[in-house]
Amino acid sequence: MSRIGVFVCHCGENIGATVDCASVAERSASLPGVVHSIDYKYMCSDPGQNLIREAIREKRLDGVVVAACSPRMHEPTFRRTCSEAGLNGFLCEMANIREHCSWVHDKGEVTTRKAADLVCMTVEKVKRNRPLSAIRVPVTKTALVLGGGIAGIQASLDIANSGHKVILVEKDPSIGGHMSQLSETFPTLDCSQCILTPRMVEVAQHPNITLFSYSELESLDGFIGNFRARIRKKARKVNEKICNGCGLCSQKCPSKKIPSEFNAALGNRTAIYVPFPQAVPNKPVIDTQNCRYFTTGKCGICKKLCPTGAIDFEQADEIVEVDVGAVVCATGFGVVQADFFPEYGYGKYKDVITGLQFERLASASGPTLGEIRRPSDGTVPQTVVFIACAGSRDSAKGIPYCSKICCMYTAKHAMLYKHKQHSGKAYVFYMDIRAGGKNYDEFVRRAIEEDHAHYVRGRVSRIFDRHGKLVVKGVDTLLGSRPLEIEADMVVLATAAVANPGAEELAQKLHISYDSYSFFSEAHPKLRPVETNTAGIFLAGACQAPKDIPESVAQASGAAAKVAALFSKAELAREPVVASVHRCAPPDYSRCTGCFLCETVCPYRAIEQETLKTRDGKTVRVVARVNPGLCQGCGTCVALCRVKAIDLDGFTNEQLYAEVRALA
Amino acid sequence: MSSNPSDPLADQVFQMTGQSVAKCYQCGKCSAGCPLSSEMDLPPNQILRLIQYGDPGLDAKAVECYSIWLCLSCHTCSARCPQGIDLPPVMDVLRQRSARTGRVHRQARKIVAFHRSFLKSIRSHGRLFEVGTIASYKFRTGKFFQDLFLAPRILLKGKLGLLPHSVCDRKQVRRVFESTDE
Amino acid sequence: MVVQIGYFPGCSLQGSSREFEQSLKALAEKLGVSLEEIPDWNCCGASAAHNLNNELGLALPARILIQAERAGLEEILVPCAACFSRLASTVHELNKHASVRRHLADVLGAEYGGKTRPINILEFLGRFFPEGQGPEVIQPLACKVACYYGCLLVRPTEIVGRDRPEDPQEMDRLMSRVGAEPIDWAFKVDCCGAGLTIPRPDLVARLSGAILEDATSRGAQIIVLACPMCHTNLDMRRADIERFTGKRYTIPAIYVTQAIAYALGVPAGELGLKRHLVPINLEKLRAGDAGPASAPATSQ
Repeated sequence: MSRIGVFVCHCGENIGATVDCASVAERSASLPGVVHSIDYKYMCSDPGQNLIREAIREKRLDGVVVAACSPRMHEPTFRRTCSEAGLNGFLCEMANIREHCSWVHDKGEVTTRKAADLVCMTVEKVKRNRPLSAIRVPVTKTALVLGGGIAGIQASLDIANSGHKVILVEKDPSIGGHMSQLSETFPTLDCSQCILTPRMVEVAQHPNITLFSYSELESLDGFIGNFRARIRKKARKVNEKICNGCGLCSQKCPSKKIPSEFNAALGNRTAIYVPFPQAVPNKPVIDTQNCRYFTTGKCGICKKLCPTGAIDFEQADEIVEVDVGAVVCATGFGVVQADFFPEYGYGKYKDVITGLQFERLASASGPTLGEIRRPSDGTVPQTVVFIACAGSRDSAKGIPYCSKICCMYTAKHAMLYKHKQHSGKAYVFYMDIRAGGKNYDEFVRRAIEEDHAHYVRGRVSRIFDRHGKLVVKGVDTLLGSRPLEIEADMVVLATAAVANPGAEELAQKLHISYDSYSFFSEAHPKLRPVETNTAGIFLAGACQAPKDIPESVAQASGAAAKVAALFSKAELAREPVVASVHRCAPPDYSRCTGCFLCETVCPYRAIEQETLKTRDGKTVRVVARVNPGLCQGCGTCVALCRVKAIDLDGFTNEQLYAEVRALA
Repeated sequence: MSSNPSDPLADQVFQMTGQSVAKCYQCGKCSAGCPLSSEMDLPPNQILRLIQYGDPGLDAKAVECYSIWLCLSCHTCSARCPQGIDLPPVMDVLRQRSARTGRVHRQARKIVAFHRSFLKSIRSHGRLFEVGTIASYKFRTGKFFQDLFLAPRILLKGKLGLLPHSVCDRKQVRRVFESTDE
Repeated sequence: MVVQIGYFPGCSLQGSSREFEQSLKALAEKLGVSLEEIPDWNCCGASAAHNLNNELGLALPARILIQAERAGLEEILVPCAACFSRLASTVHELNKHASVRRHLADVLGAEYGGKTRPINILEFLGRFFPEGQGPEVIQPLACKVACYYGCLLVRPTEIVGRDRPEDPQEMDRLMSRVGAEPIDWAFKVDCCGAGLTIPRPDLVARLSGAILEDATSRGAQIIVLACPMCHTNLDMRRADIERFTGKRYTIPAIYVTQAIAYALGVPAGELGLKRHLVPINLEKLRAGDAGPASAPATSQ
């Protein structure tokens, strides 16, 4: 005969204001099998938990029902409370009378009755609970970091410095990300590459970090602590081990007019190239789409000239399999291009450029060696118009959010331009100025007050060309919204930060959630910003949402701390709520008929095939078997099994039927 | 379909166009691109700002301004508005209220006179009788000498019909005008 | 095989812009299309109706649609861009709000059944003169043209739903096809001044003047357009423009139907070109015999 204890929580006013908790406790006391039923203000508090522990000991309870909030809040809490009192934690269940009752209904008898019904159902379920023990799995203490920008670099270094191994995968030929493309960073105007490259070198030289550059994630299987990743090392067509980085190949390459991705298409590169001088690793890669040897079969100069014979045209992609325990996703962001804007010319005007392109102009390693020059004719612009919110905060164009970094980098751009061209005029068309970080507002004021950037509050309606100038038709809303027409030599659009192309596919490979803009979703916007809803996969940097460098670095270190915490245990305890396939004595062996519908639908690929054999080795038949290490307890297989041969511990068919019958 | 002239304009705009004026965050892009905003007393974004208050005094300013009658309904504003606001129907609401309540900006009376002459022609004939319309306009506004040199040139080119074309069912057209209170 | 399509001329095409209708009919014949005029059509109400009276602004176009449905016409070609905008907006409103449809049914005595839809001149030409098909080009236009779309052929995008609203290419492609060289210019979709042509011709002079200036400064020899209001402002109001800007502009403005019909072999004399106030001689232009399209004013 069962001895169940029911504990009804008021949760302050959350439940108590709508549900008559005392009445629920009273009604529950008369349920068959219930020997103890009370209500209390805050069950999760220390005194509340003590009430449970005392009751377990005094009344010799063999099952506990806590009627309170969602199990997602406090199920682990109450399970622990029970096991501290000597009762297996899996004999404790929660009835959700908050999210499922008091928070969605009005106060009244009907609501109280519903709460009592929920408790009644859960009591019936608990009667059929079995004591379970956590499944222990080993943890592979290697982290996989996807993305070698500043966030990925920071996360890798932090994890590596805490004594664990890191595999860093970067899809471009060099690490560094967008930060390596910047000229100077706000608010200090530090040279971006100067502060970044020491970290890049540290990553390359760190004994705990293995860098796979020019590589992408092919697939990820497994679960927290036990992932198996397949990484595609794309063929550089250069043997990295032999290449000594002399650079002769790119000097002599005859294909010189390929738009350079690193220079945001403002400059050109060769077909065999190293993206920028401080690249890590400093080894070239061949762009086979534009290389003469690969497109026409002629050339091969680089191979002939290479002093170490490192060029290998036959090199193929290689798939490397690695076991990792945690994944940090730091794949960064992209920017929209100038052709996104119909009213700014659909990308027609060469001197209408994006913020990233301006960074390349201002950068000492850029196509103009740091001089601000017009892409169309190379002259120095005398009037530059900067347009903030170009694409962001624009529901009509599908990007209603704020890209966060543009107000700051626009001020920076205006300052850089004025520093290089004292006599030039800089206009900034803005809607608001978002400068919330430390020293940020002072930075913007400096641009306006000391460097005399002229800030105009209003948006630009359109840009067109007239006699070699760009006519910018804007408005000054602070001056009566009269139209303001400026003839500019160059226009810089602070374009919206968007998710990288391929973000959606990566998220699907990792089984993590993403929002409608393809930014990856954090587990909780306030309290869990570096975790995803998939255990063992963490987020860092702008792949989650647009953010600046200090925030990316902070988030990366946060993710690294989570990984280190995960790796600090020798084993991971997994929830034993897993499925299992029916087994019984011969001659049946199992109710399973071997249709393997369950195997087809299991999202975690946790179902295997097992050959049943008799004592003397004769094959009986092939049936399904659940791998408890992979099963996540979703129950899809249980729902589909036509012969009810598969069941879920903790949510058995019997338990669920009992809950339903309890209502009748 | 019509509503009380003392209702706040913002409500009437919502009722008639389905749009909430709260969406406008005053970026000014409409005013920047409007071909005639430099002629207007109140640029388009300021008109929306006035309506956002729901205050009768500010609503009156919006209804009595010249801008609404200069507006060409060219849709340049709505094509570029980042919040997707369709401004021309909002201007229609303002114009309709202005005309119905007789509160028309002094400088706009010519323009309203032209619209009225136009509609008078349609009411009588069902189609535009250009010569008749222009004559009516000249009488309403006293602008007898406007385009005096243009008229003979166009007549000679056979561009102006001297007699009206009419629809057959003129009665129905008149009924349409009557039942819509025009 | 002759294809039939409904046709709503509107007041301008049978009034001051009758050369548009004349050239359209000549072109339709070449393309094998028969235009079935809607019986007893009325004025769409233009700007006056929707500016002064919301119900009237919907009722007048609704009557046209109902007349078209009664005549069994599923599609109506509406060459005037303004009339097209009124009819298409009304269809949009009627389809969206059943209450409006029913209310207008009381006023008009019949309800719009959703069985007819207006199409504009660009859609018509795109369909009946598609790339790679149709009659041969006999007299290629052989000169630089500035394709002027104006407002209502490309906006509002929900109503028109075609091409690129800021830099449309449909007319440009048609002009390339008939042997002209469409130029890239900045005022393709800027308003000409529309209905203010009677009450505020000075503003029309400013707006239309800017259009002429941009087109001529980039070497255009003809402006090709598709709206009678735009033509009125760019052609009939030429003297006002010249007075306002202080410059002479000799660049002619013609309808896209005139341009294409001419290229397909319709004699220039049958296109109504003589009705234009700014003279145009297509033969001379083809032969490359055109003088400068604009010059600073010395006298009128």
